[in-house]
Amino acid sequence: MSSTGAVTVPRLHPKARLQHDDVRGRDVLLYPEGLVALNATGVAILELCDGTRSLAEIVATLERLYATGGLERDVATFLEGLAAKGLVTYGP
Amino acid sequence: MDLKPLWLLAELTYKCPLQCPYCSNPLDFAGARFKRELSTEQWCRVFREAKALGVLQLGLSGGEPTLRPDLEELVRTAHGLGLYTSLITSAYRLTKERLAALKEAGLDHVQISVQGADAELSDEIAGTASYRDKIAAYHYTRELGFPLTVNAVLHRRNLHQVEGLIRLAESLGAERIELANTQFYGWALHNRDALMPTKAQLDAAWQVVLRERARLGTRLEIVWVLPDYHGQFPKPCMGGWGRAYMTVTPAGEVWPCHAAGRITTLTFENVRDRPLGWIWEHSDAFTRFRGDAWMPEPCRSCPRKAQDFGGCRCQAFLVAGDAGATDPVCSLSPHRHLIDEAIARVEAAEERPAELTYRAAPASRALAAKG
Ligand code: SF4
Ligand code: SF4
Repeated sequence: MSSTGAVTVPRLHPKARLQHDDVRGRDVLLYPEGLVALNATGVAILELCDGTRSLAEIVATLERLYATGGLERDVATFLEGLAAKGLVTYGP
Repeated sequence: MDLKPLWLLAELTYKCPLQCPYCSNPLDFAGARFKRELSTEQWCRVFREAKALGVLQLGLSGGEPTLRPDLEELVRTAHGLGLYTSLITSAYRLTKERLAALKEAGLDHVQISVQGADAELSDEIAGTASYRDKIAAYHYTRELGFPLTVNAVLHRRNLHQVEGLIRLAESLGAERIELANTQFYGWALHNRDALMPTKAQLDAAWQVVLRERARLGTRLEIVWVLPDYHGQFPKPCMGGWGRAYMTVTPAGEVWPCHAAGRITTLTFENVRDRPLGWIWEHSDAFTRFRGDAWMPEPCRSCPRKAQDFGGCRCQAFLVAGDAGATDPVCSLSPHRHLIDEAIARVEAAEERPAELTYRAAPASRALAAKG
């Protein structure tokens, strides 16, 4: 599935949950029988995947936050990786 | 120490209304060793200590965990700690009200077993009429918005139903189906000649899995737990001994894997006597096979040892009689012939498989008395 375009809304699948792992000093995405370790950018992206923002809006918000440009590719790749595990879904 | 556990399997009780002949519980589950169940407070302490050690994933299992009347309270505590909590249940007599209460307490994920793709076979293998309850509970979990895993243990008597099992999970809208080929521990080892599939059965089922995976894509995750007897190399059991995983039994013993209690040459500690962190770090059971210094040849000089950790210690003990031996399923093991002989026996007896012993308290006591 293509994730580009202003109308694509990525959502964190309800089975997945963000959790701070204080013992290892990192954030993780927990889901049935597994987990993915996240860096700060990953957490920032997922916190914006609340089902109200399009991919384009998420990218724009992050670019403002980090005062940079050209993030679309990285954000899309990150989300595609999670989508392949069924942890992110795309909708209108 | 830099190794920290990620997973805790809490076996809350060994009581179970079902009698699956492949059950991984100890053969002597009805005996004195497992009788005195931990209290609510003791379990909550275990969860707190586990979280402080680094555990993030908690499985509530058994036996049948819903038989614990304090399950909601245990889930609430685990959830409050931030543990991702899965309920692993047969769903026997599980009501929608109970599931709703567990949801409200913070349960994250439900895994419900099924013993066959239809009522007739499922109930026959379970030894208890339970298929109807399971189907009802599958629907409740969906209605309540739980992620759902359908779990089916595969063996000679139900491998022909793999397609039916996948279709069942699909029709329920499950996230995952776990097709777990029987691992031969506990009751499954006792019933090995009756449960072990033929090579032809396994090959046919695997073709179905490949086809269905291609058809379903990410809609349904199909997990296929390898039948290790039929492989060339062992599974990386538990991701390595004492590396990521711990099991606490109903009476509080702490094991590096849920089958480890059978290893009579290890000393197991109990959460009643010691903090979980001490047990993880210092107990004989956890330290004996941690790392690779204990490894004999052929593992010691094998390039695969960082990948499979020499295989399963429980299988080495149960089949080769030495928990410190190379996993006998490994084609390089000097004991591999024991596995090949077991497979050959099953292939030869293709027409008339052996009888099953169902997992039940009287059978458990009778087996324990025999020694
Ligand atoms: S495998 Fe079957 S008998 Fe064993 S605990 Fe699970 S449901 Fe009960
Ligand atoms: S010899 Fe040992 S390390 Fe090598 S593949 Fe076999 S079990 Fe694994």
